[in-house]
Amino acid sequence: MTAPRYETKFGSLERFEKGGVQNIDDNVKNYAFSNCFEVASKAKPYEKVVFGQNQIYVLEVLRAEGTSPWFTCAHDEFALCMDGDVEIHLVKLGAEQTVPDTEHNGAVLVKGEPKGQKMGWLKVRRGHQALLPKNAAYQFRSAKPGVVVLQTCKGDLSVERWAEICQTA
Amino acid sequence: MNTTADISNVLASQPDATMGYRSFTLGSFAFRRDEYFAHINWKTRDGRPLSHTLDVGNFLRALMRDVAWGFFYGGVNFDHVFGTTNHYKTVDMYAGSFNGTMKAAGVDLLENFPTEQIAATFSAMLDDWTNETFDPFAAPQETGSPYGRKNGNNTAKITRARELAKRCVGLKDDLSLRSDARGAPVNRAFADVPQDEPELHPEPGFENEVHAFNLFAFLSRSQVTWNPSFTSVVKYSFMCPTTEEHILPIIHANDRVEWFFQMCDEIHWDCADKTTGKPLARVIMKAGDMAAMPAYCRHQGYSPKRSMLLVWENGSPNLVYEIQKGDAPEVPVSF
Repeated sequence: MTAPRYETKFGSLERFEKGGVQNIDDNVKNYAFSNCFEVASKAKPYEKVVFGQNQIYVLEVLRAEGTSPWFTCAHDEFALCMDGDVEIHLVKLGAEQTVPDTEHNGAVLVKGEPKGQKMGWLKVRRGHQALLPKNAAYQFRSAKPGVVVLQTCKGDLSVERWAEICQTA
Repeated sequence: MNTTADISNVLASQPDATMGYRSFTLGSFAFRRDEYFAHINWKTRDGRPLSHTLDVGNFLRALMRDVAWGFFYGGVNFDHVFGTTNHYKTVDMYAGSFNGTMKAAGVDLLENFPTEQIAATFSAMLDDWTNETFDPFAAPQETGSPYGRKNGNNTAKITRARELAKRCVGLKDDLSLRSDARGAPVNRAFADVPQDEPELHPEPGFENEVHAFNLFAFLSRSQVTWNPSFTSVVKYSFMCPTTEEHILPIIHANDRVEWFFQMCDEIHWDCADKTTGKPLARVIMKAGDMAAMPAYCRHQGYSPKRSMLLVWENGSPNLVYEIQKGDAPEVPVSF
């Protein structure tokens, strides 16, 4: 008897199949059901759309397309690539460009071009997860549209539009 | 909580002369196993004897999670009758207390125990009742039978250490990547998952900060099901991905909002009122879907093929006190 072959089904911007809440006796909105590929398909490049929130913490969807602004953050963040090939460039910022409040939550834009030592760069594909170290400047570059899920805290750049991204009925 | 039980603090019988298993007593509850079933006996609040019977494979799979996760967040229902609720220094054990019909009939019983006491009893029961052929963490197609008379132990498989990254998998002095050499071959159901690693181009001195790893490859090498690891940490935001196959062996009644991000394939969730068990909704999750489990529900997942699920948890220690005061939100977001 031969072993069965399995096909692992991933999603992408071009091809995804969304599930949903089948309601019995509840408020569907309480499940905050969305899909990262659908969110990214309707987002502007590098808009940080919150699709998961737990008090101060969020998961954000980013449509990776072209070159992003330079971001920085007072805490670590992590970028999980769900679709595409995305470069991440890192610069070690000096004190004058890091977030002054070390407890500040979420990413902010770097003022001007980042000044500091180049840390290097990396390239991630579907399923790869990258560290965005605190107090580094980071920039995404993606020739074609891709999707990144960011583990971070809710901050000044976080965009919330739950009624647009979630199943409501 | 991956500890071998201290049997000296556990009320256990001598092995049964026929079946070979010990029976256990904790508070007013008595536990006994035979070839196919786990039997739980207690007296109702008005003194009548009552019993409950579970398939022993299902019981051991649920017991495995309860022990390994240190009674987890909130409630761990083994089925529609029996389970535990974690209060983080003590644990409630109950029969019928979160079953609307049994509660209304007054035949339920709930007792509270110091965590160490119930952990020791559950660990000893798990060790005694798990035969050498059965791995309660494995998918049903990847383990032998839980049934039959006493046949050795499988202590190594029931005392696996949880894999918990402090900052991120693969960093120096943090949780290592999985590999063939570390005894973690690619699972049969993930043979088609790419094993490529990210391109890293660090400048000298930044080798431990210019960092990425292949999370999907890492997960494809998981040897267990329904058992989250920590792979990246932002303050108290824990990414807890896990691979799922067949049925979540517990019905989880979390005490906080919990988020699920389905990374591949699909899982179907039954959601019900956590106090009564009344069905509320089904949640069908496919690759790329995100959903929250409200804190008022209990949920159980069904994964037709081995899949990758990101369980996203808020592990803030303050949250426990907010829950106790009723200040923690029951719904993920209002809009």
